[in-house]
Amino acid sequence: MKNFNLRDFGADIWERSNRPVRVAIVIVVIGLVAMMPYAGAGFLATPIAAYDAVIVYPVAIFVLMSLGLNIVVGKSGMLDLGYVAFFAIGAYTMGFLGIHTSLNTWEIMPIGIGLAMLAGVMLGLPTLRLRGDYLAIVTLGFGEIIRIVALNVSWTNGPNGISGIPMPPDIGPLKFRLDDQKVFFWVVLAMILMTIWMIRRLSVRRPGRAWEAIRQDEDAAELMGVPTLKYKIWSFTLGAAVGGAAGVLYGSKNLFVAPEMFTLNVSILILACVVFGGIGNIWGVIVGGVILGYLPDRIRFISDARLLVFGLVLVVVMNFRPDGLLPRKKREKALVKKGANS
Amino acid sequence: MRLEVKDLHVHYGKIEAIKGVSIVVNEGEIVTLIGANGAGKTTMLKTISGLRPASSGQIIFNGEDISNVPAHKRVDLGLSQAPEGRGIFPGMTVLENLEMGKFHRHNRKNEMAEDLEKIYILFPRLKERTSQAGGTLSGGEQQMLAIGRALMARPKVLLLDEPSMGLAPQMIANIFRIITEINKTGVTILLVEQNAQQALQRAHRAYILETGNVVKEAKASDLLNDPAVREAYLGTGAH
Repeated sequence: MKNFNLRDFGADIWERSNRPVRVAIVIVVIGLVAMMPYAGAGFLATPIAAYDAVIVYPVAIFVLMSLGLNIVVGKSGMLDLGYVAFFAIGAYTMGFLGIHTSLNTWEIMPIGIGLAMLAGVMLGLPTLRLRGDYLAIVTLGFGEIIRIVALNVSWTNGPNGISGIPMPPDIGPLKFRLDDQKVFFWVVLAMILMTIWMIRRLSVRRPGRAWEAIRQDEDAAELMGVPTLKYKIWSFTLGAAVGGAAGVLYGSKNLFVAPEMFTLNVSILILACVVFGGIGNIWGVIVGGVILGYLPDRIRFISDARLLVFGLVLVVVMNFRPDGLLPRKKREKALVKKGANS
Repeated sequence: MRLEVKDLHVHYGKIEAIKGVSIVVNEGEIVTLIGANGAGKTTMLKTISGLRPASSGQIIFNGEDISNVPAHKRVDLGLSQAPEGRGIFPGMTVLENLEMGKFHRHNRKNEMAEDLEKIYILFPRLKERTSQAGGTLSGGEQQMLAIGRALMARPKVLLLDEPSMGLAPQMIANIFRIITEINKTGVTILLVEQNAQQALQRAHRAYILETGNVVKEAKASDLLNDPAVREAYLGTGAH
């Protein structure tokens, strides 16, 4: 058991299974996760905040956003410090259209996603020629610009925000309620599953290989005939789409959006989920989102010391597992150990 | 498939790295560009392959000015570069690296097996290591992989940036022997080298680059016997 590795253990079971077994595993896991809203009575219960609300926001929404940000940061290796901007665009789209038009949440969803993607392309075209730190600075600026615009223009109601946003309409017998947020959880879970499906499909196809090449050596990728700018914009835009979708749902669940919800802190926290869980590995990223979303509410009873403990956990874990809890396969690691032996 | 560079100027910010260089590479030739560190050799190659923009001048490939064609499209035209040093994908296996070399020809799937076979004949070492990560290969093997990957694109002109850099003497001889072999299969080669001795022995013609200018152009064999060149680039003790 000395070299036990959860990621490889899981991958091994998956590799050895045939199709019916795999389908069964997937159904059982999804079923178990879907039962989570009923597991709030015992140890998992969150003091002060309602458990069924906590597992929707922050937990599930964090997981969704982490998966989206991971496409940008983990898959294609671009550091985006302004991811909250796309979340804000989605949330404000929901807020504005929700109170000014008769469109419901599901009709606004594609509009919010579309606007977030549009913002992704508009930001990406001029800036994705930049690399590394420069890109990080520009995206950081973009995140702040969106928040400051929301603070200052009239149609967003400035600092007062938009209130009275309608909840999603019921889906058959499933009713959206604020005092019992099971249905919200299932909706976000469905969005998470769709995102995982999308990422996994893309990863094994041309975009995945192009992103991988760009992340490892952008110049070499270009020399192989990879249109790097195009694939970087795609990656950025898909990440934006997921952030926008999360924003629309968040707006419709929160019934209220205001600029102070979309600060740099959110971008950093989502990035922390990605890095803490294991950058580049979707299962790691999910674990990261769950833990960093859930932990602060679980330990809320220690009130002021809460953030201290949270920070301590981050520091300790990152010290012992610098690549995250469930890191991606790092085949190039041997390169560092072996050094330049020519 | 003639490659011609006309009066090329390249700047890094305000510093001019290439100051009006003109070179010609004729079909079937091995042409080498030699010079000291900082002469602008790598910049020349990067500009020809499209990784760096030219400030002015023309790059004419097959009769067409490609100065404004982005790098990834130059691969389609038949211009392929093995980048300097370890420009391979360290986290991909040898096979995945080679497959990346076919990225732009994805619609011709039947080529893959055929070309892999050719590369493995040229570099038997790579065949033994198909599932090993690129980053764990030795320097010489990485160089082989970089050249093999460039060949997967079926280039008409192959650009090689210092293939001998950091390699043991025996490996250097091996790599240069393979370069000649590749050339014999009909691939035109532009070779940038610091190892002037080896490069001049293998090339047909050579250009000497000094601080961004071509100071000499001649047949490689003539340069090999030129006392001034021997003094400056081959060391007086060279034989």
